[in-house]
Amino acid sequence: MDTLKAENVNFGYGSHQILKNLNFEMNNNQVIGLFGDSGSGKSTLCKVLTGFINDYEGNITVNGQKHKGGYNPIQLIYQHPEKVMNPRWKMKDVLEESWMPDDSLLDEFGIKREWFGRYPSELSGGELQRFSILRSLNPKTKFIIADEISTMLDAVTQVQIWESLLTVARKNEVGVLVVSHDKNLLNRICDDIVYLADITD
Amino acid sequence: MSKLLEVEKLSISFSQYFKGLEQRELKVLSDLTMDVDDHEILAVLGSSGSGKSLLAHAILGILPSNAKIAGSIRYKGKEMDDELKEELRGKKISFIPQSVNNLNPLMKVKDQVIGYTESEEEKQVLVKKQREIFNQYNLSEEVDEMYPFQLSGGMARKVLISTALLNDPEIIIADEPTPGLDEQAVEETINNLVELKEKGIGMILITHDIHTAIETSDRIAILYLGYVIEITDTKNFSGDGKNLLHPYTRSLYRALPETHFELTEGHQPSYQHIPKGCPYHENCPHQVRECHYELPELRELNGTVIRCFNPLVDGE
Repeated sequence: MDTLKAENVNFGYGSHQILKNLNFEMNNNQVIGLFGDSGSGKSTLCKVLTGFINDYEGNITVNGQKHKGGYNPIQLIYQHPEKVMNPRWKMKDVLEESWMPDDSLLDEFGIKREWFGRYPSELSGGELQRFSILRSLNPKTKFIIADEISTMLDAVTQVQIWESLLTVARKNEVGVLVVSHDKNLLNRICDDIVYLADITD
Repeated sequence: MSKLLEVEKLSISFSQYFKGLEQRELKVLSDLTMDVDDHEILAVLGSSGSGKSLLAHAILGILPSNAKIAGSIRYKGKEMDDELKEELRGKKISFIPQSVNNLNPLMKVKDQVIGYTESEEEKQVLVKKQREIFNQYNLSEEVDEMYPFQLSGGMARKVLISTALLNDPEIIIADEPTPGLDEQAVEETINNLVELKEKGIGMILITHDIHTAIETSDRIAILYLGYVIEITDTKNFSGDGKNLLHPYTRSLYRALPETHFELTEGHQPSYQHIPKGCPYHENCPHQVRECHYELPELRELNGTVIRCFNPLVDGE
């Protein structure tokens, strides 16, 4: 079993402290929801966990190991897929930057092979988010941090995306931290819900 | 009698450069027909990036110059040409934009709410009015002197609403008023919008958030790939949704986490790949033969306006 652990994490922008003595732990068989008010630091926490912010105090570890270069086993998925893809790369290159999934996985996410030759601007938001998720499901990934990944999508697409992501995550034993302001959604898909206020001082 | 605002067969498209000098036509809104009256909120619901905001821009006459527009927009029965649009916007028809980014970052809140004035007298009248409106929304005098970066999301939203109210509008077009706000601020915004309706304002609420639409509006127009596929009473979004007649609307409702979180296969393609015939037929479990090659016209059925050859009328 893999364990993701955040111990005594402190982070702030300038004098404005955002995360104060945060402690959190989850394992790779869990789907945990993270809930908190807007501006409470949910997205900051996501960036800290995935190393996009690294001047924090405290420890973020997977099985006791800090991440030191190379592929990060904790992967972040953002709300806006179009902002994390090179607009001048075709979708095949965007995906292959991480890895190339086999056909059954592509089918699970409903990705059509003809999209590989298209640019990001030629796909809809829902289609792009499928690529973004699949890209993060590299076999070396142990945890996925999903920061409002279905907020901008319609309800039908939202169900499809979570269905696919959670099926694969359960099968490959990847832990998922679901950040959302939608309590009903968290109740539907998570094993447990954590309040940001409860894990910080 | 003619309605406060009517939109008939409105289409908006852009020609954009694709590769080198190769141009292509991008249709963002197609054949849109709808209306709104006083004391009414019509929600226009569509997924993000679907060009819903362009509807607002078309009514206000502030579309970019490379947009091609067809169809008709009427204010109290009168065709709105560019001249009338200019006369009405900011006065009879006002706009609540999407975010605090629409405020000038270098201007104090009070000054931009009031805007340009011709004379000192006019300014004094508006200053007084601005203060009254701010009081209604619990914006203290301190806020007058603040710059936009000092406002919280909820305060910024109130400032944007106040700006829209300054000239006693008859029609308000609100573009995505709720995203990015926490629960409490969303609730407050929703209450504010409903209050305005009760005072008599006719409102077009453009949103991708189905909850906001359900909680505020009287009717909801559902967009799919730029086509209105159904305009229905908001109260039909309740129970098991058996009065929602379009297959897409039905699955949208049943996919909500608080209803069934039900899975429907097939995804909405991008705007560059709008299918022929009914835009939804590729994903529709109830498709019939004509769906593949013919676009259904908007028609009225059981009090609902619908674009579908095979609607779910039997409550199935």
